[in-house]
Amino acid sequence: MSNYIFELKEGLIIALKAIRANKARAILTTLGVVIGICAVALMSTTIKGMDIAFEEGISSLGSDNLYIDKWAWFSNEEFWKMRNRKNLKLSDYEKFKNLAQLPIAVAPTLWIVKKVEFGNNYVEGTLITGSTNEYLKTTNFDFDEGRFFSAIESRSSRNVVVLGKEIADHLFKSKNASEKYIKISGIKFKVVGILKKQGSNLLGNFNPDKQVYMPIGAVFKHFERASKRSIAIIVRARNTSMVEKTKEEAEEIMRRVRGLMYDEENNFSINQQEGLTQNYDKTVGVIKIAGLFITGLSLLVGAIGIMNIMFVSVKERTREIGIRKAIGAKKRTILTQFITEASTICLIGGVIGLILAVLLSMAINKFLPTSIQFDTVILAIVISLITGVLAGFAPAYTAAKMDPVEALRYE
Amino acid sequence: MNIINLENITRIYQVGSEEVRALDDISLRIDKNEYVAIMGPSGSGKSTLMNILGCLDTPTSGKYDFKGINVSDMSDNELAEIRNREIGFVFQTFNLLPRSNAFHNVELPLIYSGMHSLKRKEIAKETLASVGLEDRVHHKPGELSGGQRQRVAIARALVTNPSIILADEPTGNLDSKTGEDIMLLFDAIHKQGNTIILVTHEEHIAKHAKRIIRLLDGKIERDE
Repeated sequence: MSNYIFELKEGLIIALKAIRANKARAILTTLGVVIGICAVALMSTTIKGMDIAFEEGISSLGSDNLYIDKWAWFSNEEFWKMRNRKNLKLSDYEKFKNLAQLPIAVAPTLWIVKKVEFGNNYVEGTLITGSTNEYLKTTNFDFDEGRFFSAIESRSSRNVVVLGKEIADHLFKSKNASEKYIKISGIKFKVVGILKKQGSNLLGNFNPDKQVYMPIGAVFKHFERASKRSIAIIVRARNTSMVEKTKEEAEEIMRRVRGLMYDEENNFSINQQEGLTQNYDKTVGVIKIAGLFITGLSLLVGAIGIMNIMFVSVKERTREIGIRKAIGAKKRTILTQFITEASTICLIGGVIGLILAVLLSMAINKFLPTSIQFDTVILAIVISLITGVLAGFAPAYTAAKMDPVEALRYE
Repeated sequence: MNIINLENITRIYQVGSEEVRALDDISLRIDKNEYVAIMGPSGSGKSTLMNILGCLDTPTSGKYDFKGINVSDMSDNELAEIRNREIGFVFQTFNLLPRSNAFHNVELPLIYSGMHSLKRKEIAKETLASVGLEDRVHHKPGELSGGQRQRVAIARALVTNPSIILADEPTGNLDSKTGEDIMLLFDAIHKQGNTIILVTHEEHIAKHAKRIIRLLDGKIERDE
């Protein structure tokens, strides 16, 4: 054992000497590993960052919500079948709300897309959610200014709006927005509240920061005819463990509300965020695998570079190997020496690559969410070590099995 | 007490389709504290004999007993251990590690034998002093003269206190004055009780030895 430590230590000293003796070559060889490790580490921090951002985003939607909709969000149900379903109406929502016992909140929603304006500032294609005051209870919203619209405002379909943070910033820049009036399709709406920054860009337009909220009655009054559009009903379960029970109850009540016979299929769907998560995992999972595979390839190229240079190094040092063998180095000693050398180059490359990845990810963080995890750091170091051992093995083995007589004669 | 006992050693090389009989049925005994020169023209087999004596190579047939142990069919690793503990090599071209200083070159066999660092450093330093290089410890081979390099090589050969010292044309790359100095060093080492085997083709070098073995065409021509 102690012998082995000697050999390792000796191997390390030799490795550092050899690297110092061939600086330019070592730098170029290391560069391959630097790029490889940097790419792999960067990829995994980006993946981690996306995951975290998605989780944050989705939790801002409220994780115990059910969405009763004409459409199934993620299913193999045929499109035309769902299209032929009856629209969900406000009256369906009211009947449902009266019958449901388990939810802590039930709110109707209807989405429309409009341009919103304040003075010369405007945001094109803003997602406007129409709902009731109960909508607030289905979210985890906090307010920067003001409040959500009240029950009275909701019932009487007043022209009031709550703005997402980004919309408010766009329209009012740094000015105070509360109690001001914005225009949607030429109609004036009073701003009663502005949300705190919530979600993440991964949710796209569904990010609450990019939405406007108003009473659903106001949507029907000014923008949509009630008969044309199907609403969705958001149902908030008491807690996560109650989600399943609440869902069962909701299905039962909805069948009653929709007047379905026992042998008829549901003409509505109950959606859950889980579907969103599954969908995310499906699409992002592919990106993850592809990304890691491609960046892995660059590491492989780096490893091949190391292997190549180690073969050259073994050839150049044939005589040295002969000398070492003559004075008593065993096969294992020589093997250790060259593997240590390859691993040292890889390890140095790995550490540099990692530092580079950390710096780059700080820069990238401005555009894409990244997150450097401790396990990524450990993994990168371990991968670079393994790369070194694997890349060094074949050349080291060639060196170890050299015939000392031949090696000593080598010019 | 005999250290080396060769019985009917033959070494055949395969060069292309031709067989070269480098050593042909050689039998030889060398005792402790002998000072032997092996002589012969090039191609006579003296390098091959040197390699076999030094456990760098194994014979095609025959038996080689080293201190009573049969080494002719030992594994590579066992031979490495014998070389490390029992044999000190001195080469014509010095064969020092160019990137390591004199001290590290001398220390190396002790590292391979697994000796503890403190003891190792002490012995390496003493040995370098014994060949007169105490003030060149931290010089690299490139910073030393030919004679000094050969002294480092001799120190490296002596450092493990081996049973035999094998020197292959040790003065071949030195001028005659330095060569003579090195031979005087060998003489002194012999007087301290070491066994020395010298391979050379120069008569005046061979004269330092007490016994001269002459090879020709892979056979012992004369042993005097």
